[in-house]
Amino acid sequence: MLGRTLREVSTALKQGHITPTELCQKCLSLIKKTKFLNAYITVSEEVALKQAEESEKRYKKGHSLGDLDGIPVAVKDNFSTSSIETTCASNMLKGYVPPYNATVVQKLLDKGAVLMGKTNLDEFAMGSGSTDGVFGPVKNPWSYSKQYREKRKQKAHGENEDSNWLITGGSSGGSAAAVAAFTCFAALGSDTGGSTRNPAAHCGVVGFKPSYGLVSRHGLIPLVNSMDVPGILTRCVDDAAIVLGMLAGHDPKDSTTIQDPVKPFTLPTSADVNKLCIGIPKEYLAPELSSEVRSFWSKAANLFESEGAKVIEVSLPHTSYSIVCYHVLCTSEVASNMARFDGLEYGHRCDINVSTEAMYAATRREGFNDVVRGRILSGNFFLLKENYENYFIKAQKVRRLIANDFVNVFNSGVDVLLTPTTLSEAVPYLEFIKEDNRTRSAQDDIFTQAVNMAGENLTSAIPEPHAKEPEQLHVTSFSYLPMTNELAGIIETFVVT
Amino acid sequence: MAALMLRWSCLGKRWVLACIDGGSRHGRGAAIGLTSRRKRGQSSVAQQPLIAVQKSRKGEHEWAAVVGLEIHAQISSNSKLFSGSQVHFAAPPNSLVSFFDASLPGTLPVLNRRCVEAAVMTGLALNCRINKKSLFDRKHYFYADLPAGYQITQQRLPIAVNGSLAYSVSVGKKPSQVSTRTVRIKQIQLEQDSGKSLHDEPRSQTLIDLNRAGVGLLEVVLEPDMSCGEEAASAVRELQLILQALGTSQANMAEGQLRVDANISVHHPGEPLGVRTEVKNLNSARFLAKAIDFEIKRQIHELENGRKILNETRSFDDKLGCTMPMRDKEGKQDYRFMPEPNLPPLLLYDTASLPPGADPQQVINIDWIRERLPELPGKTREKLIQQYGMLPEHSFTLLNEVGLLEFFQNVIKETRAEPKKVTSWVLNIFLGFLKQQNLAVNESPVTPSALAELLNLLDRKAISSSAARQVFEELWQSKGKTPSQIVSEKKLELMQDQEALERVCHTVMEGHPQVVMDMKRGNPRAINKLIGLVRKATLSRADPTVIKEILERKLSS
Repeated sequence: MLGRTLREVSTALKQGHITPTELCQKCLSLIKKTKFLNAYITVSEEVALKQAEESEKRYKKGHSLGDLDGIPVAVKDNFSTSSIETTCASNMLKGYVPPYNATVVQKLLDKGAVLMGKTNLDEFAMGSGSTDGVFGPVKNPWSYSKQYREKRKQKAHGENEDSNWLITGGSSGGSAAAVAAFTCFAALGSDTGGSTRNPAAHCGVVGFKPSYGLVSRHGLIPLVNSMDVPGILTRCVDDAAIVLGMLAGHDPKDSTTIQDPVKPFTLPTSADVNKLCIGIPKEYLAPELSSEVRSFWSKAANLFESEGAKVIEVSLPHTSYSIVCYHVLCTSEVASNMARFDGLEYGHRCDINVSTEAMYAATRREGFNDVVRGRILSGNFFLLKENYENYFIKAQKVRRLIANDFVNVFNSGVDVLLTPTTLSEAVPYLEFIKEDNRTRSAQDDIFTQAVNMAGENLTSAIPEPHAKEPEQLHVTSFSYLPMTNELAGIIETFVVT
Repeated sequence: MAALMLRWSCLGKRWVLACIDGGSRHGRGAAIGLTSRRKRGQSSVAQQPLIAVQKSRKGEHEWAAVVGLEIHAQISSNSKLFSGSQVHFAAPPNSLVSFFDASLPGTLPVLNRRCVEAAVMTGLALNCRINKKSLFDRKHYFYADLPAGYQITQQRLPIAVNGSLAYSVSVGKKPSQVSTRTVRIKQIQLEQDSGKSLHDEPRSQTLIDLNRAGVGLLEVVLEPDMSCGEEAASAVRELQLILQALGTSQANMAEGQLRVDANISVHHPGEPLGVRTEVKNLNSARFLAKAIDFEIKRQIHELENGRKILNETRSFDDKLGCTMPMRDKEGKQDYRFMPEPNLPPLLLYDTASLPPGADPQQVINIDWIRERLPELPGKTREKLIQQYGMLPEHSFTLLNEVGLLEFFQNVIKETRAEPKKVTSWVLNIFLGFLKQQNLAVNESPVTPSALAELLNLLDRKAISSSAARQVFEELWQSKGKTPSQIVSEKKLELMQDQEALERVCHTVMEGHPQVVMDMKRGNPRAINKLIGLVRKATLSRADPTVIKEILERKLSS
């Protein structure tokens, strides 16, 4: 039952093949068995069982709330959840229990979803490995797959089995792992520069980043307000579409959501790509791109072409400036957004009380890890009066050029872009931590962050928040298609482990 | 909330609103000079000549002062600028705090339409150009009563720019000599108020009240077109009246709804402007004038003694009457401004640019607001002068005193007495009583109806002027009685019985033959004595003009 898609299990619930409580308990027991993955920071067992019970009552009365009623879901621990601790994987927010639900969380609950828990991440979503949170790194479920183990056995003898586990990617690694390990049917992540798509790629699940303004950010603890979007992680595209349908739409609590009503949509059962024009950005053919990903990329392109789609090479000429530009804008907003964590109103407060300033300094020193502090420091540097023109304004201008690159491509008749998500497959943890967070983020966000920058309604440029955001089709699901096909076989091996 | 709660009442000091009434307070013109330091304990607004120009002791150089103002007016609205929390003065601490106001992570600002309309109204009333597109910015600084670590303001592109404010100051020695001046308005911007910090020194704790955090403010920036405390105070007073007429701010300085920072510098005319200082948090018009004039004197004194003026922030000590440098953390702060990413640009429309089919709830039409602007104080005064033949300075006094104009208009409505008579009674007697007892108009024991009735009695000569004053005093003392009751109780009505009065006159003339003789010999003052005697005999109930008539007739017969 757990291996099924959201739509399938929803049908099973409606037909009474399984009750919400049974489903919830199965997931809870799998969460316990896979505790070593460290996918969850908080497992909200009591809440989940209560919600499942209520869902069961509704099914009995024939008053189901729809496709999500009784479906176990998980939420990244940077979304506020009423009466459930929300930590952002940071000492700063350990013990912080928000008094309200993020809009997306509320929408899931209103549709009857059952909240299994809060998933692990890089501290304040700053990272691309899910290795830099205060609760420790998340382990990729595929590390324990038959295929990976066999591959390891062939390659290296005598290596410590335990240390070979793969990273999930990040920063929504907990959500990706939770979905990949069948502990829930959908999970919320967040995506600022690739944080949903990157771990989805590494964990072989679907990671969907909605256009900026389509889904409410209210209650999402911000990394970069002008780029953050709630992300959706599921095991198939159809499931992501169902969840998106539940979440999308204007939120009066988030002024950056688009006001036009969202038209209900369903995915066609058989995809006709005949009229589709697919763009392959030539700048994305980076020298660092691994041969595996590269071959999957061209395989995917060929697949489209053989099905009748037009596949053409396109150019996004400002791609190479994108990551630097992202760095300036991201750290500047981080510096600003993190200013509220001063130990006064909520969260961690140090014991030092000689002065308010000393209290601030010690609280923030103790509360944030080096990555967060580093970004705050550089962001404040870029925002200084003497630097503002040279860094922030310049980065905003470059951001406009990057956005225009996408506009130009789509105006030229291209419908979607097909790009890789990451440079390579998931790497082992020990490999990953050889580089620092900043270097890793810069490498790993290379294909993903440009659309985050393009999607924002540039504060000084586009007055109406209705600008159409470029669509980018990542080869994520394609690169792991072979594995996905084998999922049914793997699950048994996995559960036994 | 982390901080303990402490009631605000201990700080609930209320100042009586200083009034720039164009009246007696402005009669004297004391030149600024070092000597006037000694006068600083006196209660009147420090007096200034028109332009703060003064002969130095050496008699060689003249000084000119330049004063600009930054005024923060709390917007009168039900809820805060970006959250749904209520706005109330003196509510229990931390009782009006939403999740956004407490900066809980993940909360987002949602702009309050009412605050935008208030800003547009104020901009239009101050002859500003309204920007159809304005932007919000974050201004960063760490302070305990600023929970987010930044204030949302409009630094780059404010909602209104390039306006002007006309105000009047009295010139010369007579209060009637009023001169109109104009100060340019640089901009009006929307921004958030901060919370309040309370320092509990004995326990070395700071207590935070976030009720005020996030309340909408209009920051009005006045160009340095003023040159002395009185000008600044008059400009602020006029702005206050405009805000109150618009209803965009209650603008009560004592309750902190209007706060003024002044930028002050001095220089020799014809030379570049001097280094300026900023005096912060002036919370009454009187202190504003005093602080500016003190600061001008201080700067001149410093410069004349070969010292330099530092570009610094100073505070005004109202007890000592002087400005002092603030322990300044903000002076050299870099606010690290950046665009507020959670708020799209604020777009306003006029009738021409209104998108067709736009939801009226979602758009703001500047023209629509312009057409509905209430009457502004300048216009009200003009109408008073035209309608009632009032002197300009009287129109100022009527408007300057909170509630006085309404009182006046209510009296006018109910009385047959001449408007000039009403003006005189309201401004001289009624206002005089209020001032003497330090009362506001709405605290007056005498209602407009009672005064109207009294003036009616006077108008139809039922009582004499002096009796009317007596009745007024009685009204003030004994609430609830009508003027007619008092008149009959105290037997104050004029004698209407002509024969009886003639008899009294006759008796008085007979009783004072010497005075009658004097009159007949041609002493003009003698008749006044007789009139006085007759009035005394009638217990002041007879009309002196009637008495005079009778006496003259009897003497000539």
